[in-house]
Amino acid sequence: MRSESVKKEFAARNIMIVGVGGQGSLLASRLLGRLLMNAGYDVKVSEVHGMSQRGGSVVTYVRCGERVYSPIIDEGGADFIVSFELLEAARWLSYLAPGGRIITNTQKIDPMPVITGAAEYPRELIERMRAAGAEVDALDALSLAAEAGSPKSVNIVLMGRLSRYFDLPEAEWLRALEETVPPRTLEANKNAFSLGR
Amino acid sequence: MKTLMLGNDALARGLYESGVAVASSYPGTPSTEITESLAKFNEVYSEWAPNEKVALEAAFGASLGGRRAFCGMKHVGLNVAADPLFTISYTGVRAGLVIAVADDPGMHSSQNEQDSRHYAVAAKLPMLEPADSDECYEFAKYAYTLSETYDTPVLLRICTRVAHSQSIVDTHERVLPELIPYKKDIAKYVMMPGNAKRRHPYVENRTDMLRQLAETFPLNKIERGTGNSSVGVICSGTVYQYVKEVFGDTVSVLKLGLVNPLPEALIRTFADGVNELFVIEELDPVIEAHVKSLGISCHGKDYFPLCGELSQNLISRTLASHAEPRAGIAAVAAPVIDAEIPPRPPVMCAGCPHRGMFYSLMKNNITVLGDIGCYTLGAAAPLAAIDTTICMGASVSGLHGFIHAQGNEAAERAVCVIGDSTFMHSGVTGLINIAYNGGASTVIILDNSITGMTGHQQNPTTGLNIKGDPAGKIDLEALCHAVGISRVRVVDPYNIAECDAAVTEEIAAPEPSVIISRRPCALLKTVKPKPPLAVNPDKCKKCGSCMKIGCPAVSMKNGAAEIDKTLCVGCAVCTQLCKFDAFEEVGA
Repeated sequence: MRSESVKKEFAARNIMIVGVGGQGSLLASRLLGRLLMNAGYDVKVSEVHGMSQRGGSVVTYVRCGERVYSPIIDEGGADFIVSFELLEAARWLSYLAPGGRIITNTQKIDPMPVITGAAEYPRELIERMRAAGAEVDALDALSLAAEAGSPKSVNIVLMGRLSRYFDLPEAEWLRALEETVPPRTLEANKNAFSLGR
Repeated sequence: MKTLMLGNDALARGLYESGVAVASSYPGTPSTEITESLAKFNEVYSEWAPNEKVALEAAFGASLGGRRAFCGMKHVGLNVAADPLFTISYTGVRAGLVIAVADDPGMHSSQNEQDSRHYAVAAKLPMLEPADSDECYEFAKYAYTLSETYDTPVLLRICTRVAHSQSIVDTHERVLPELIPYKKDIAKYVMMPGNAKRRHPYVENRTDMLRQLAETFPLNKIERGTGNSSVGVICSGTVYQYVKEVFGDTVSVLKLGLVNPLPEALIRTFADGVNELFVIEELDPVIEAHVKSLGISCHGKDYFPLCGELSQNLISRTLASHAEPRAGIAAVAAPVIDAEIPPRPPVMCAGCPHRGMFYSLMKNNITVLGDIGCYTLGAAAPLAAIDTTICMGASVSGLHGFIHAQGNEAAERAVCVIGDSTFMHSGVTGLINIAYNGGASTVIILDNSITGMTGHQQNPTTGLNIKGDPAGKIDLEALCHAVGISRVRVVDPYNIAECDAAVTEEIAAPEPSVIISRRPCALLKTVKPKPPLAVNPDKCKKCGSCMKIGCPAVSMKNGAAEIDKTLCVGCAVCTQLCKFDAFEEVGA
């Protein structure tokens, strides 16, 4: 049973998951949605399908609380931004709420303007995000995912890291994981989760 | 049972529990998952039709046959289905008929942001608009009751934020209504002038009855504000969620679940109870125009944009500057980063079979009339290989007109490109026009053996149905021959020289031709990727030739080409651009 104190802690949580189309942000958002629903909260998860999924910048919103109305998070509204790619963390920085935290993969994926030489991939993004006032927790999720047995489990490594900041038992996360990921990837994803956590 | 469900899945669940027996749709973001979700229920006959007009006619036929029917589409699909829509409004239904249409404010995945509510007004049909997954589920059930009670097809309008957001739904069991036996009724169902003249007054009378219903309809509800605020807001759909997010229970809200026809007395009652009235709606001022037509003054599009999506911040900011109370979310000092962030537009995937053909067209400086699908991304730099994109099928018919305007010389430097699914949707009629009326058009069918952009739906050329079971398979070559095109050839787009040869020969030919550029989508599970290539640093002369194909797996790092081995699927299109054989198979 969820205690009142935990419930209070969670009064409203807005989590943005950002990354590059194809990195598995949909699965991560569904895992979070399931976790928070299991914990007894009203939940809304807003996804992106279609054209922008093709290697473009993608954003998913996960919101929970006693009652959630809007499915989206606006500028200045995210308690957490979980980013699967470094440039994407910087792109969505203005969505961070005061006191919010960025959890980002340090992996860099060049967007097409950088590939063609029309633009440069900015340097020292972590330092610059901190200079802008953001709390940044950066980790090499791609290496951890490879260590866990599947480079595709970057999404779950980052969920493992996010779990550090949630006052919910690890067993609840693992239950949501079991309910969300395909059974044949469960072992690799469990490893990925604990390496991230 | 309480479940977290996507709006589209919840809508499908509501249809399922209502006893829908036949569903016919054409995929289109953000509507696709409704029908995909229905296809998982064995009790429901579901199908992907070649286009939305066929789908709606099939669904109408099912209604005529006495079973509850469904047809789903995106907003532009309703343009295609508009022809049957306007006339089945006259005939009415036998068993319930529900048509879901998904609008895309903000154009996340669309070529325009038309507002489907105009269709409800124009075709004189009731339209419901749910605001979250639970309402999708609930409104689907209301829709069938309305359809059968008022003898009318019912439109169910959703938008991207409802279709593709998950929220909690309490699901129940399916109830299958009795089959309604077929009864011949020429006066009702044969819409020749004499009969249609008698049906039109019926439609007008039905609208009057629905307007009366709207006054007391449980999905239209007034929520009186608990605070001292004298502000009232009229809204529907996802805008309701934004308004509640900003104001909670402090302002009065009239939430309209039935957005056509609109009530009169209910709006007057609501307006009388507030001092300042706002109508907040995405896209066009449909409700606002109605409110003003009643002689009630309100603010709407004088403050809120006609373009794009609304959001809680936008509503809060706008009302804070115009209304009392100056409430809402306080302006937040958002962190600002001191760096230029390059955009990340969507791109054709590594190994995309369209890339080789587009490279060939770009290199040969060909004018390319494009169409709707993944290959629209061929318009992006560096390929920039597409000149137009309008709607499904417009490439083929457009090329025909383009060539007739410019003469034979144009035929030798212009082609059109269209995907396999889009060709089946409405490209084949354009090809028939070419075969019939002549001209030396060259039509390229980009056959990746799937409906790609909407997330891999089967289509008439794939040999599989919506459930993935074996189905009829349209032979594209035979079809093109059958309509009268004698020059039909197939190329492998992974082979640039083959594409070059086919394109130059066919545009030079003095008669119409079809090139089928055939290779399955690299993302299909049945397509096994080859090992990634690698760049031999001793051979790379840093010329940058390989950068012309815009492959996300190939980049220049420190001046030399580099392959991202997590993305590369070994298609080897890049090797054909390298004069120095720098791309090698790993282990070679």
